[in-house]
Parts: sequence; structure tokens; C-alpha cells
Amino acid sequence: MSETTAKEKQYLFDKPANIKRFFWIFYFVLVLLLVLDLLLPKHAIFPWEDWPQFYAAFGFVSFVALVLAAKYVLRPLVMRKEEYYDE
Amino acid sequence: MSTGIHGVIAFWDYQLILARVDRLSLLFGYIFHLVAFLGAIYALHVKEDLEQMAGLVYAGSALGVVFAGDLLTLFVFWELLTVSSVCLIWNRRTREAQAAGFRYLLVHVVGGLCLLAGVTLQIHQTGSLAFEYIGLNGLATYLIFFGVGVNCAWPLLHPWLTDAYPEATVTGVIWLSAFTTKTAVYVLARGFPGTEVLIWIGTIMTAFPIFYAVIENDLRRVLAYSLINQVGFMVCGIGIGTPLAINGAISHAFNDILFKALLFMSIGAVLYRTGTTKATDLGGLYKTMPLTCICCIVGAASISAFPLFSGFVSKSMVMEAAALGDLRLIWFILLFASAGVLEHAGIKVPFFAFFSHDSGLRPKEAPWNMSLAMVLTAGLCIFIGSFPGPLYSLLPYPVDYEPYTAAHVIGQLQLLLFAALAFPLLLLSGIYPAEIRSINLDADWFYRRGGRLFYRIMDRALNGLNDRAEQVFSLGLAGWLGRWSRDLPFRLALLLLYPLWLAQGLRGEELRKKRLALQQALAEGASPVGIGAAVAMAFLLLFFILSGLV
Repeated sequence: MSETTAKEKQYLFDKPANIKRFFWIFYFVLVLLLVLDLLLPKHAIFPWEDWPQFYAAFGFVSFVALVLAAKYVLRPLVMRKEEYYDE
Repeated sequence: MSTGIHGVIAFWDYQLILARVDRLSLLFGYIFHLVAFLGAIYALHVKEDLEQMAGLVYAGSALGVVFAGDLLTLFVFWELLTVSSVCLIWNRRTREAQAAGFRYLLVHVVGGLCLLAGVTLQIHQTGSLAFEYIGLNGLATYLIFFGVGVNCAWPLLHPWLTDAYPEATVTGVIWLSAFTTKTAVYVLARGFPGTEVLIWIGTIMTAFPIFYAVIENDLRRVLAYSLINQVGFMVCGIGIGTPLAINGAISHAFNDILFKALLFMSIGAVLYRTGTTKATDLGGLYKTMPLTCICCIVGAASISAFPLFSGFVSKSMVMEAAALGDLRLIWFILLFASAGVLEHAGIKVPFFAFFSHDSGLRPKEAPWNMSLAMVLTAGLCIFIGSFPGPLYSLLPYPVDYEPYTAAHVIGQLQLLLFAALAFPLLLLSGIYPAEIRSINLDADWFYRRGGRLFYRIMDRALNGLNDRAEQVFSLGLAGWLGRWSRDLPFRLALLLLYPLWLAQGLRGEELRKKRLALQQALAEGASPVGIGAAVAMAFLLLFFILSGLV
């Protein structure tokens, strides 16, 4: 097995350095967005849209809430084995 | 075709309008042609006549629905949609596809019957076949509303979609994802704009499927849930009913057809090459299917509404319309659902298919026709996202909306990228739910398990009755009658002879012997003829007396 992997072509994300690079770019963009949010004018319809970093916080929190709810609430309720309907 | 009304035919006392062309129907006409063309390229390698013909009839029926000027024509094409589309499911030729196809057919037949009942009542009440604004007033309109709702995959009416689409053929699902739900969106947009209950129906549609999508293992089923989620934005927009909201709903239908087709195409290519769409079995495919991977990411970015991709320029119109209508709770749920879209369609689908852990699979790149269709569709997604002008110019109402403001772009990017930031954190911390080979119960439980329960109850009750009846009548009563009539000569003879024997002074053991001898003689037919004649005489006498009494 080790022979075949050694022979096989190295792909983009086989190198940890590339993954690291990808994440640095990602973090940089995130920070950039936080800064731009403070600098640029807003034209909010609701008052909370004017709060600094409202969208960033909302996006992060709802993603986490969604995953937790799906994993700890929905999955125990509805998950069955694949043959459930064949029995 | 010029705008206006074409093909008016007298039909008894009514008028059939075979084609009504206006801005609303034209826009759907354009996108249906476009996706039928792209889907046909994608399916070029398929050598199944039935599937290709069914696909084309299906596309034609969808066009028939959006150009139908009267309710009867609409209904005929509506049913044709169901009949032709089910072939695209059955043609997968697996046991699951066959079963799912039957369930799909049954659900749509029920929906179609509701529509027919509603249409008939409506024609009876208004005296006209015309398909114009309907609105909710009275039983007829509710029936039409419900019938359309089945095809639109409203909550609890939706499981036909998540049940059948993932079982359809690789190429058929492209067309399935485009036509059935979007024709329903069209009928709602024409018949029920501004119907308030649609706001809530749409909002629930955006919210509940995203939870299912997180824990679903089959990637095509994830896309099916995401289809409901996207149609939710359209239904919500139609419910709000302002020109901005309707424009948003219609343009989102246009864009969704393209990016959903693109996502189904890329996962379809994976299915075609590897034979599976289960997240547990896939991973690392970017290595040998880079083009498919890039197209999938374009589709994912479009559906997640990243700036420069098509979802951004249409979904935001619905959001803005909700905000302008001061629908606060609705707006929050829609925003939550937008983050949810990113989770399942934006990250989960491309990540688990093309990255994640290396599955060791090294399939070839998609065939040329699939690749071409994907590249063309991806190009359209980026073009519309970057230059929304042409699409906006086709919308039913004049567009006074600019998606590319600095605040909107930054806000949307913040929402998406900080939500995306949560993904690696959850994944690395082990909180992100592992992919498990499993299925998740949904509302189809009620007719899949519930139906079986109903069957079992009926089975117990009716077959129980049957068994009891059999025991009483065919085994009990008939046997008793049989025994009774067999023993009848003996009993009659005994009745006559017993007093005789007693008179002769026979008692005890002798009496029993006589009795046994008589029984044997009668059973063997060895009794003297005279006794037989006497018994017959006794019968006749009995009959005579009885008839005389009556």
C-alpha cells in the first residue's frame, strides 16, 4: 500500500502546506470583512443591521445552532437504519 | 411567438386558450427551453429511447402548463407532467426506484385529482375556463391551491420529492429538478400572488429541510432537500406579493433551475463514474474529476448566493421585500435559512464528494457531453450573477433594485464566510455529525409505514372476519349439516325402531348391539329394502303433515 501511495501523483491538498495556505487566505479575508464592515456606510432597513458585525455574528451562530440542532435533536428522532422500510 | 393570446378553440360552451404569452409565461418559457437544452446535452450518451422521449414530453408539458391560457389546458398538461416524469424515475431500474416511482405517482395523482375537482368547481361557479388571478375564496380555490401545493412540495406534502428524486436516473433528475416544482411556482405566481398564507408556507419550506440536509448521507437527497429550501424562497416571495417580491421569486426560480441543475449534474457525474452518491463512500474525487469539482463549487457558490454568482442577485430581492414589508420574524428565518443553504449545498455537497477523507476512488473525469453541459450551466450561473441586467429586463415588473451595494456585498460575505468558518471548527472539534449509513424518517413515514399499519389493521379486521365466517359457515355449519344429513336415515330409523325394540323387551347390552347393527347396516347400504322404503315413506308423511300444517 505504501508503495502505491508513494508512486501516486501528489495532488493539491495532499500537501499540508497548501491546506495551511488556503486557511491563511481564508482568515485574511475574514479579518478584511470585519474591518470593511466598520468603514463602509450601510443602508439598513432594520435597526440591527446597523450593529457592527451583525451579519458575521448571525452567520456563525446560526451555522453552529443548525448543526447542533440537527445532530442532537433531529437525528435521534428520525435516524433509522437503511433497511428500515424494507422490513 | 408574439405576446398575447393564441390558439383559441371553442369547446362546448367554453373557450380553450391554448397559448397565452406574457412576460411571466415567457420568462418561464425561456428558462424551460434553456434547461431542457442543457439537460439534453448532459443526457446525450443515454441510449434509452423511453427515457429520452419521456424527458422531452416532460419538458413539453412544463411549457404547456406555463403557456396554458385556461384551466382545462393547464390541467391536461399538469397530468402529463406526472405521467412523463415518472418514467425518468422508473428508468433507473432499481427496486428502490420502482417503489419510489409508484409512491411519486400516487401522491401526484391525488394532487392532480384535487386540482381537477377545484378546476371543475371553479368553472361551475364562474362559468369561465380562464386562468387568471384566483386567490383564496371558497372550496374550489382551496382545492386548486392544495393541488398546486402538492407539486410545489409544501411542508408535509413534500416527501414525494426527497423520496423519488434521489432514486431517479442520473440524467432524468436534471429535468425533474427543473420542471415540476417550478411550474407549480408559476401557477402560484399567476393565480395566488399576495396570498398571505404562502409567506408562512414558504418560510417553513426554507427552514425545515436544512436540518434534514445536515444529517442526510445521500448527497442527491441533500440536494433534494435543498430544492425544497430554495422553492421556499420563491413561495415566500409570491406570498409577499409586492412587485419586488414577485420579481425576486421569479428570478430566483430562473436561477435556481440553473444552479440546481448544475449541482445535480456534478453529483450525477459522480454517480455515473462511481456508482454511489453516499457521503460515507465518497471523498477525494477532486483529484481525478477536477472539472466536475469546479462546476460543483460554482453551483454551490450560486445556491449559497455568493456575490458574483446567480443566487445573490435574486434571493436578496425576496429578503429585501420581506424587510420592506417589516416581516421581522420571516426575515430572520430566511436569513437563518440562507446560512443553512451554505451548510448543506454550499459546503457539505462539494466537501464530502470531492474533498474530505480520501475514499481511494480514482474515477475518470465526466464524459465530454456531461462536462460540456456542466461548463455551459456554470458559465450561465456566473454570467447572471455578474451581469444581472439581462435577467432583470425580462422580469414581469420593472426592476428598481441594485444588488451590488457595498453594504450588501459585505453583509452577505460576512454571513456566508463566518458561517463557513464554523464548519472547520465543528469538524476538527469532532462536533460535526459524522456521516452515517442511514435513512431519516420524514413525512412519508405516514404513508410508507402508516400505510402498512393501515393495511395490517384492515388485514386483521377484514381477514379476521373472513376467517370467523369460514369457521362458522364453511367448516362448522356445512360440516354439521353434512353430518346431520348423513346420519338422518339412521336417526329416523332409530326413532321408529327404538320403541319397537323396547316393546320387544330388549334392554341394556342387547339394545346397544341392535343399535350398532342398524347403524352399520345403514352406513353400508345393507339394510333391507323395506326399511329404505319405510324411511322414504316417513319422509313423505312428514312432508305431507308439515305442508298440511302450513
